[in-house]
Amino acid sequence: MNLKGKAWKFGNDIDTDVIIPARYLNTSDPAELAKHCMEDIDANFSRKVEKGDLIIAGDNFGCGSSREHAPISIKAAGVSCIIAKSFARIFFRNAINIGLPILICPEAAEKIAEGDQVEVDLAAGSIKNLTKNEVYQAQPFPPFMQEIISAGGLIPYVDQKRREKS
Amino acid sequence: MGMTITEKILADHAGEKFVEPGQFVNVKLDLVLANDITGPVAIKEFKKLNTPQVFNREKIALVPDHFTPNKDIQSAQQAKELREFAKEQELTNYFEVGEMGIEHALLPEKGLVLPGDLVIGADSHTCTYGALGAFSTGVGSTDLAAGMALGETWLMVPESIKFVFKGKLKPWVSGKDLILYTIGQIGVDGALYKAMEFTGEAIEELSMDGRFTMTNMAIEAGAKNGIIAPDEKTIAYVRERAKRPYKVFSSDPDAKYAQIFEFDASDIEPQVAFPHSPANTKPISEAAGIPIDQAVIGSCTNGRIEDLRITAQILKGKKVSPYTRLIIIPGTQEIYRQAVKEGLVEIFLDAGAVVSTPTCGPCLGGHMGILAEGEKCIATTNRNFRGRMGHVTSEIYLASPAVAAASAVKGRIAAPEEVR
Ligand code: SF4
Repeated sequence: MNLKGKAWKFGNDIDTDVIIPARYLNTSDPAELAKHCMEDIDANFSRKVEKGDLIIAGDNFGCGSSREHAPISIKAAGVSCIIAKSFARIFFRNAINIGLPILICPEAAEKIAEGDQVEVDLAAGSIKNLTKNEVYQAQPFPPFMQEIISAGGLIPYVDQKRREKS
Repeated sequence: MGMTITEKILADHAGEKFVEPGQFVNVKLDLVLANDITGPVAIKEFKKLNTPQVFNREKIALVPDHFTPNKDIQSAQQAKELREFAKEQELTNYFEVGEMGIEHALLPEKGLVLPGDLVIGADSHTCTYGALGAFSTGVGSTDLAAGMALGETWLMVPESIKFVFKGKLKPWVSGKDLILYTIGQIGVDGALYKAMEFTGEAIEELSMDGRFTMTNMAIEAGAKNGIIAPDEKTIAYVRERAKRPYKVFSSDPDAKYAQIFEFDASDIEPQVAFPHSPANTKPISEAAGIPIDQAVIGSCTNGRIEDLRITAQILKGKKVSPYTRLIIIPGTQEIYRQAVKEGLVEIFLDAGAVVSTPTCGPCLGGHMGILAEGEKCIATTNRNFRGRMGHVTSEIYLASPAVAAASAVKGRIAAPEEVR
């Protein structure tokens, strides 16, 4: 899977309350959630972001609540991948489980500037900065998660597991 | 080689003799929890399975606590989805409005979580149950759906950080102050992916309520879980509640820790976390004087009976400052009832506070106390993120019930001694 688009940069400790404020959590409709994605940090984000674009962030991205609405709103807004120095634990799991690609790569998070064109090869974990003509290497996923991803997300993976059990 | 209490619980549930940090384990679940926000998403995912049947109808707890009693039509719809699912799957642990409480205050009270248990919940503050000597952690809705179906989940064994609190607490210093102080020291990602283990004389002195407050906020330092080994107080707490056997674990003397912090609890003043981070803490002496518009006492962090008793102690015979709102929310129906019995509610009403039925309400900016543009609130909750309680320019200061109550009386952030 190749992902390509413009970079949107965010800082450290981007919490789930700014990704999708709780006042919008009386729905779980992805399209509705997408409209308010990142609203409390950049009111126009959902209008500016284009399909394929990437979010580049610092440490502890997605900290705070366990709301899966956070990665859902980012995915539905059209973001193809998040690259960060590190992710909050629950956000990390949620992103994998709903099929939102994420990569941990401090180097890319440092060097990619807002607006840079970026292309990601998920399987190889390589990140190409087309604007600066640089390549960064991300940590690959542990085998456990690769299994979930290759099953097509957690739910199909569970179905598969339950079939094996019975 | 020795293991920590966290490692022992994970090993026990993975069917292994020994586990070590970094290892992935598949663990059996004793309880799976969801609420009215995360539940509907989990149910939607769950229904995509071929044979949607829960693994054990007694091991799933659904608590509609966030936007309930329903704040609008959409949230009513979400609560309805939860209720319908509970009926359809014949779940024994569904708690309707009138029986419910804030999930993390409710489940221990009902004896649904016990020492040595392994619990996942689609709520980040699921880590609260660590105060019972259980391993509990927050997950998302899809993880929860899988947990409801399989009765197991995968986890990475976390490294542990040990926090030793020596010495005795100063007057008015509580579990809330210890945890705010700790987060202030290590930062909001200071324990990312790790287990926070709390020990020492000051922890032993804390009541169960104070311990729940501490493990509740482990997530605010990015931790996977917070944990306190059971002692006589823990056992006394669970003895009258447990309806099944449980196991008591503790860390081996030669267990390995990623880090060990030693704090002198007798040096710690009441703490206030300034906007917009729980790690932005200052001692009360540097916070007093900031004017406030609202004070909130409640939430899964500080809505327990001890919190209400302390609040009453401060408020007795006093009045809330003019143009200041004080909102008090007991964590569960049981706590509410106890507060009525002990005459606490009367003290609150006399002081000019409002008392609400149990709900998360203002804690997440849901309802029952939303902040307007530029307003300042002191709250006993756990998060002061930008916009969390209302308008994006509003500000939240986190503190203990004693500090929040004193501040409500003064109309500005105040130390408990200024009132008592
Ligand atoms: S009281 Fe606040 S932090 Fe606790 S479960 Fe409710 S919304 Fe979450």
